[in-house]
Amino acid sequence: MVGGGGVGGGLLENANPLIYERSGERPVTAGEEDEQVPDSIDAREIFDLIRSINDPEHPLTLEELNVVEQVRVQVSDPESTVAVAFTPTIPHCSMATLIGLSIKVKLLRSLPQRFKMDVHITPGTHASEHAVNKQLADKERVAAALENTHLLEVVNQCLSARS
Amino acid sequence: MAAAAALEAVAPTGALWGLVQDFVMGQQEGPADQVAADVKSGSYTVLQVVEALGSSLENPEPRTRARGIQLLSQVLLQCHSLLLEKEVIHLILFYENRLKDHHLVIPSVLQGLRALSLCVALPPGLAVSVLKAIFQEVHVQSLPQVDRHTVYSIITNFMRTREEELKGLGADFTFGFIQMMDGEKDPRNLLVAFRIVHDLISRDYSLGPFVEELFEVTSCYFPIDFTPPPNDPHGIQREDLILSLRAVLASTPRFAEFLLPLLIEKVDSEILSAKLDSLQTLNACCAVYGQKELKDFLPSLWASVRREVFQTASERVEADGLAALHSLTACLSRSVLRADAEDLLDSFLSNILQDCRHHLCEPDMKLVWPSAKLLQAAAGASARACDHITSNVLPLLLEQFHKHSQSNQRRTILEMILGFLKLHQKWSYEDKDERPLNVFKDQLCSLVFMALTDPNTQLQLVGIRTLVVLGAQPDLLSSEDLELAVGHLYRLSFLEEDSQSWAAALEASGALATLYPVAFSSHLVPKLAEELGRGELDLARGDESTKCSRHLHCLQALSAVSTHPSIVKETLPLLLQHLCQMNKGNMVAGTNEVIAVCQSLQQVAEKCQQDPESCWYFHQTAVPCLLALAVQASMPEKGHSVLRKVLLEDEVLAAMVSVIGTATTHLSPDLAAQSVAHIVPLFLDGNVSFLPENSFPCRFQPFQDGSSGQRRLVALLMAFVCSLPRNVEIPQLNQLMRELVELSCCPSCPFSSTAAAKCFAGLLNKLPAGQQLDEFLQLAVDKVEAGLSPGPCRSQAFTLLLWVTKALVLRYHPLSSCLTEQLMGLLGDPELGPAAADGFSLLMSDCTDVLTRAGHAEVRIMFRQRFFTDNVPALVQGFHAASQDVKPNYLKGLSHVLNRLPKPVLLPELPTLLSLLLEALSCSDCVVQLSTLSCLQPLLLEAPQVMSLHVDTLVTKFLNLSSSPSMAVRIAALQCMHALTRLPTPVLLPYKPQVIRALAKPLDDKKRLVRKEAVSARGEWFLLGSPGS
Repeated sequence: MVGGGGVGGGLLENANPLIYERSGERPVTAGEEDEQVPDSIDAREIFDLIRSINDPEHPLTLEELNVVEQVRVQVSDPESTVAVAFTPTIPHCSMATLIGLSIKVKLLRSLPQRFKMDVHITPGTHASEHAVNKQLADKERVAAALENTHLLEVVNQCLSARS
Repeated sequence: MAAAAALEAVAPTGALWGLVQDFVMGQQEGPADQVAADVKSGSYTVLQVVEALGSSLENPEPRTRARGIQLLSQVLLQCHSLLLEKEVIHLILFYENRLKDHHLVIPSVLQGLRALSLCVALPPGLAVSVLKAIFQEVHVQSLPQVDRHTVYSIITNFMRTREEELKGLGADFTFGFIQMMDGEKDPRNLLVAFRIVHDLISRDYSLGPFVEELFEVTSCYFPIDFTPPPNDPHGIQREDLILSLRAVLASTPRFAEFLLPLLIEKVDSEILSAKLDSLQTLNACCAVYGQKELKDFLPSLWASVRREVFQTASERVEADGLAALHSLTACLSRSVLRADAEDLLDSFLSNILQDCRHHLCEPDMKLVWPSAKLLQAAAGASARACDHITSNVLPLLLEQFHKHSQSNQRRTILEMILGFLKLHQKWSYEDKDERPLNVFKDQLCSLVFMALTDPNTQLQLVGIRTLVVLGAQPDLLSSEDLELAVGHLYRLSFLEEDSQSWAAALEASGALATLYPVAFSSHLVPKLAEELGRGELDLARGDESTKCSRHLHCLQALSAVSTHPSIVKETLPLLLQHLCQMNKGNMVAGTNEVIAVCQSLQQVAEKCQQDPESCWYFHQTAVPCLLALAVQASMPEKGHSVLRKVLLEDEVLAAMVSVIGTATTHLSPDLAAQSVAHIVPLFLDGNVSFLPENSFPCRFQPFQDGSSGQRRLVALLMAFVCSLPRNVEIPQLNQLMRELVELSCCPSCPFSSTAAAKCFAGLLNKLPAGQQLDEFLQLAVDKVEAGLSPGPCRSQAFTLLLWVTKALVLRYHPLSSCLTEQLMGLLGDPELGPAAADGFSLLMSDCTDVLTRAGHAEVRIMFRQRFFTDNVPALVQGFHAASQDVKPNYLKGLSHVLNRLPKPVLLPELPTLLSLLLEALSCSDCVVQLSTLSCLQPLLLEAPQVMSLHVDTLVTKFLNLSSSPSMAVRIAALQCMHALTRLPTPVLLPYKPQVIRALAKPLDDKKRLVRKEAVSARGEWFLLGSPGS
């Protein structure tokens, strides 16, 4: 299903993953409905942006696979910084770069330009952690990756709303 | 020609002969119907038709023979009811004989036989003979679809009318049919064939040694794999075939030995629909099977169901698997056993327990839910299964609860326990001592109380639900348990108001109070009363806000437990007393606290509505008391009670209005009449004798020259008289209506004049058509006319007009259109225009206090649609004609109308309004903008083609509005930007870069809800025309 990821013969690398519960919609508070009160961008808001991203090889979201968790999102609205750590389902997951790229693209499309964003693998959860982190941090490589029609197609699929 | 002339001599009429010739030789279709009509009308007999056909039936050319027989068959199809027995015998013989004829002739022969199979005069024995001939002579599966269908119809007809004769054929009939349908492929024919097989089985035809063959010939279609072709004119759905095949397969236990292995195999299929079909068929089978049929397959069936439920990602597979297990268990529970036979239910349940119980105990709790669901599905099947499983599982779960220390895990375990307890509610146990839960009662109670004291809200919530379920078990909880439970609920009802546990605890108190009123009135109500009375003591310490919030909690708890009549008798006096205490100045009370008491009273009133006795008790106790307090407050000031003022405030009166309304709507007409005889004279004549405390310093005369305070109380009169059932007669109605109209245009106080106008409108709406109604209407119209002319009370006259219009619009009164026109005219009025525009919102919305359905007003369900069709064209026209400065009034009025209309009704009308809506996007009024956006959004989704013509305007306007100062407008504008992506991509692509740049700004909006919409809109725009979307 995903050629670029190196999955051979349609076999899934992790065919039977543990599935986690989806958190519900964020309840709307009175403060959020008040015109005057500014709501700062917080960890839950960032998490809501990325939790519904589809996994490239399962019909599941990153949240259901526990690849992203709210506790691994650090955000500071005044300083305009976001850091997201994601955890591949297995240490040899060849999809790690693709998942990281999807998260990065989703944040680029959804956050104000003032934000500086850092997407990386949760330390100690992947065999080639540093290589992947380096790729994701390199702006030019990210831009180049999105020039690649095939990669862009896969990323867009991950970011499309689930039908 | 000579032959023709000779024939004409014998034939009764030449006309018939001519028609036959035209049909047979001339290949025209019309004559057949003509001949049939002539036979029906008695012009000639069937015999004459046969004679006229004569040579055609024996013509050596098969096509001509076929044509001849076709004519005869078509006539018979229309005239079979006219046939005599003798004729039928001959015709049958003829047709049976023709079955041996050329294949071209067969379709017409079958049509003839079908006609004869419908014949009432068919002598006994012939049905069998026809069938034998068909079985012998016709190879059904080599016929075209229509002719196969004809054969099935013949059989269906005979089975309907000649059941006994066919049964005489024994198993030969079954065998003949099996051979006939073997290989059938057409879905239309299969539906009929399945129906026949179903009847064979359910009507108890002899299957003889052919059970397996019959099974094979039908089960080969299982699971059904059929997708109707697009534009299928026959309308057969896959589901039709599935259900009719399932009806066959699950119709008899005799198929069990063949069917069960097939189902076990197909459950394992890769295809989802096959899995579902198999599980559902198994479910259906259990309705007719017994232990005997299931016995050998139970282990495999259990293994299949377990595997599916444990492994599936599909909720439907899980649900069907559980349903199948439920039916299996129910089937095993139902069977009657011989004394010496082994009870399969026990061993089956033991199997389930053995495979599931260890999952319940595993520390990682990975498969707990599937296991619990399986156990609960089985336990829900019968009382016996329920006992067996809960007596095994409950001790285990109780133990697990204590083993786990984390609140989350405890919550999961308690939720499972709750599931099992709920199942017990299904079964009633005659003998008190036999109830299986008695043994666990103490442990369960201590577990629940532990959960109720846990800091984790989720665990508390499950604890509360479990407590309610335990309480619903008859005679389970002892009075000590109840006292403890009530204590916990008391504590929980003082939690923060926005916590879920607080709401759940109040609800639980209400539910349990209906079952255990004594426990609540002896342990809860006194404590709440004490807390409520603890006012002044704390006042000195200055913790005003704490006192206030504890009082609010008490009030809410009191209304929550008022679910039983005996409790209401304690809580209502308590609440009223509290109000009186405040009035006497014993307590300092703010507006909010008085309103809170009224809200509590209103909730109690709601709970009393269903019980006539409680309802009357409430009305009779609360209404005079509230009126007395209000009248007292309206007297000219003497003392300096703070509350006196408070009671007359707008919000407080509104709260009292809703108490009185709620306490009145459900009164029976004769009790209501008793009450109305006191209350109307109170207001008209100042007769205060029925009020509990009635020594006032001066007279109560709200309609005469009473003080403005007294006039405000007309709102309370409105609450009462406008909630009465329609058939209650109101004394002194004429005087009352005149006083109301007078007061409504009195310029002193907007509150009382509006109340009077509403009261007048509320009464008007319920009056039956007639002279009296017309008089009152004339009164109002005159008053409005006089008032609207320049002067001090224009706005009062306008309010009266508005309410009277509403009263009439709701009941489709003919005068309503005239009044609406008058209202529309006011849209152009420089002074009243904006108010008139807002008036349309009032016309279209539901009121809470008067003119409500609950208050017995006459409200026609389609009034909004009707108002829309009657008035929108005029509004649009008015808009175009209006001068620039009042145009917004028209747009706003229109917005209100469009906003309140159900979207499905609105959608087809919107395209005609489109140009107006586009113009409205530039209007500076927020209400107009919001309503326009909410009209355009569904239109973008439903009619993208029409909308794409205006893409340029839409993009610009939406982007402009996305930086509106109003948050709601920004949100709606961004939702429209999102909906725009439904337009055809080529239309949008030129705008993509511009839109993506523009939408970056709302990503940094200060409001989260706006950012959320911006994110989803921008995300969709990124995907436009991009690969993978």
